[in-house]
Amino acid sequence: MYAFEPTEEQRMLVDAVKRYAVNDLRPAAREADETGELPQDLIEKGWELGVLQASIPEDYGGFGEHSAVTGVLAAEELGWGDLAGGLAVMAPSTYALPILLAGTDEQKSELLPPVIEAEWKPYVAALIEPSFDFYVGELGTTAVSKKGGYVLNGTKAYVPYADKAQAFLVYANLDGKTQAFIIPADTKGLTVGERDLLMGIRGLPTFKLTLEDVNLPAEARLGGDEGHESELIIASSYVAISALGIGMSRAAYEYAMEYAKEREAFDVPIAQKQSIAFMLAEMATDIESVRLLVWEAAWKLDNGKEDAFKTAYLAFNAASDTTMMVTDRAVQVLGGHGYIREHPVEMWMRNGGGIPTLSSLAMA
Amino acid sequence: MIDFEMPNSIRKLVTMLDTVAENMMRPVSRHFDENEHEIPWDYINFMHQAMRATGAGSLAPDEGKKREGPRTGYQKLAFMLEVLSWGDAGIYLDTPGGGLGAAAVEAAGTDEQKAKFLERFTGETPIFAAMAMTEPHCGSDTAKIRATAVRDGDEWVLNGEKIFVTAGHKSLIDTEGFVVVWATIDPSAGRAGMRSFVVEAGTPGCTVTKLEEKLGIRASDTVSVVLQDCRVPFENLLGSPEVQKKTTKGFKGAMATFDATRPLIAASALGVARAALETLKEKLEEQGVEIRYGLPRSRMTNIEREIVDMEAMLRSGWLLVLKAVWLLDERKSNTLESSMSKVRAGDVVTKVTQRALQLLGPLGFSRDMLIEKWFRDAKINDIFEGTGQINRMVVARRILGYTRRELS
Ligand SMILES: Cc1cc2nc3c(=O)[nH]c(=O)nc-3n(C[C@H](O)[C@H](O)[C@H](O)COP(=O)(O)OP(=O)(O)OC[C@H]3O[C@@H](n4cnc5c(N)ncnc54)[C@H](O)[C@@H]3O)c2cc1C
Repeated sequence: MYAFEPTEEQRMLVDAVKRYAVNDLRPAAREADETGELPQDLIEKGWELGVLQASIPEDYGGFGEHSAVTGVLAAEELGWGDLAGGLAVMAPSTYALPILLAGTDEQKSELLPPVIEAEWKPYVAALIEPSFDFYVGELGTTAVSKKGGYVLNGTKAYVPYADKAQAFLVYANLDGKTQAFIIPADTKGLTVGERDLLMGIRGLPTFKLTLEDVNLPAEARLGGDEGHESELIIASSYVAISALGIGMSRAAYEYAMEYAKEREAFDVPIAQKQSIAFMLAEMATDIESVRLLVWEAAWKLDNGKEDAFKTAYLAFNAASDTTMMVTDRAVQVLGGHGYIREHPVEMWMRNGGGIPTLSSLAMA
Repeated sequence: MIDFEMPNSIRKLVTMLDTVAENMMRPVSRHFDENEHEIPWDYINFMHQAMRATGAGSLAPDEGKKREGPRTGYQKLAFMLEVLSWGDAGIYLDTPGGGLGAAAVEAAGTDEQKAKFLERFTGETPIFAAMAMTEPHCGSDTAKIRATAVRDGDEWVLNGEKIFVTAGHKSLIDTEGFVVVWATIDPSAGRAGMRSFVVEAGTPGCTVTKLEEKLGIRASDTVSVVLQDCRVPFENLLGSPEVQKKTTKGFKGAMATFDATRPLIAASALGVARAALETLKEKLEEQGVEIRYGLPRSRMTNIEREIVDMEAMLRSGWLLVLKAVWLLDERKSNTLESSMSKVRAGDVVTKVTQRALQLLGPLGFSRDMLIEKWFRDAKINDIFEGTGQINRMVVARRILGYTRRELS
């Protein structure tokens, strides 16, 4: 049966996230962007909403069950608040959810509770590599089997909070297959490099991470000896970043709409000019239809549908384009004022440019 | 709950209609495109009998019938239109059962009127109905219509000229159907004067004067209707008696019809888009071109990029249609989603058919394949039931909270 209404439980969670986005994330966004830092108590407050905790079963320290649909609903609100802040709050999910989805029982029992219990701690994933045609299916970072374990070599980038991280989930190329490995921060051969200098999400510190002959025991491989299929994990990050993008698009669209009703040119509010009004109509239409595609992809993931990966991939492509289009239009609606850092639209445009690249920084 | 599982009842319907589309429409698609004014009676008769057998009489789904569980009538219709338009968008418009005419009665009529005018669709023979708003001097600006209705005792006397009436010929000449005619009872009152009237086939003073020749959807007849001192019974004015006072309720009736019909037109549009995209993908597969999903943009071939974009467009457009009809089934306001779905679907079908035509090159342009036909058929979806611009305006007014005066 088709239905488009979140459950009561989902609504309650989403409302809480929305309040946080309105009252905390959004007001802090500009300063974080300028200073390159998000206040720790802001992240902590977002963490306490329990979005991740609610998707981890009790056995592993959480209090719920994983649902990508719930995850994307929450992510949209975080994205509306601030992409950098949202990614910071969600960072541990990029470590915990793959373990939940693909880990062995031992890995789940041992590794999840420390992440889930108590306060926000930087457990993060390292997937992206600094090359122009980076592709998750063909990583430059290699893992080679050796007696009793693996040796990893390579360079990662865009690793959030790598300087403070407790442990990393590092993706590497093992005989042509993308596999994730759990690596504690103090492992020999692991070096945290320079902070990445980025166009957007500037409040979120991300770093290069070098792996030089990093020796790992066999248990470090996600899923144990058998390893795991990475499609589901990648699809879960596609829907999460897509939802963040849609949330940010909505923020930009709403801001531009309100502005257009106030700003006058040629004796009328600019919103009364069709070229502005139609842009706004298209922004709203695209946001709504791509949001539904993201929901469907998440729903397919939750329900183990065969084409879940493909749908998530389509949603990710659509959400990337839509976010870039909508955030660009928002600047356009504000004209010259949109280009000035007093208004948030230029920040959303910069952040929006990251959606196609940043998928591994979020999971739902 | 958020749920994307297709209910079994819809699944069954789709399976059945797939067969119809594939076996009764596609094989004759080209024929009815090249022989413009021929009528696909085989399809019409088959559909009529099939709809009678399943109890689906008109474009008026589920209405009135109290049933357990959620309503899915409009969702079923959307699927039906999508699949039939995948078969052939022109022939689909020849589906008996009242089309836009019945939808107008459904949206604006009283219970008695619904009973009286809609009953004929479940009879022995297929019957058509149409809706006539557009006039030679005005299409988008519906408030400017000049056709008049003057009360004379217990009759209304109609005068005026309507153009571009879909299925007008089938409704007035080929079957004993009717046309819902929009006219004004007070030309100085603008919108407040607008009313709709049921004009039945055979009514003296109502003449079909022109049969249009078109770019596409040629299997569907498009006619001009002239009303010259055409008298209809008083009770053929759609709506409750209070509508006769000077209000905009009549106009709102028209708009309410659009809330229901726009997502359905959008569904039809996306059926054409799906046909084009599937055919393109089949051709590529025949040529050994593989589409790899999961690659970043930097590694995709141009064809892969095109296909991925089209698939995403098509699917997201379809979900918007689905949400718009779901809202209707839930009896919730859908004016915004309804127009959004039409905007999106008009764009999607135009783009997808253009791209398919272009990518298939010499094959696409050739009349050996149906792509060029779908390219022609597609365009109507950005024009009727409100052009792309008019629907953008409806969406814009809604989101901005603007009146007609503030944005037009
Ligand atoms: C095959 C076919 C079937 C049809 N079936 C029916 C039917 O069954 N019943 C019926 O009543 N009508 C029917 N129509 C008519 C159709 O609804 C109108 O053609 C349509 O609404 C546009 O009106 P128009 O042709 O007068 O164009 P116009 O209103 O003259 O518009 C011309 C252009 O100007 C744009 N425009 C107009 N107003 C504005 C504005 N305010 N802002 C921005 N742009 C604007 C339009 O988008 C369009 O691009 C049919 C038409 C066709 C071609």
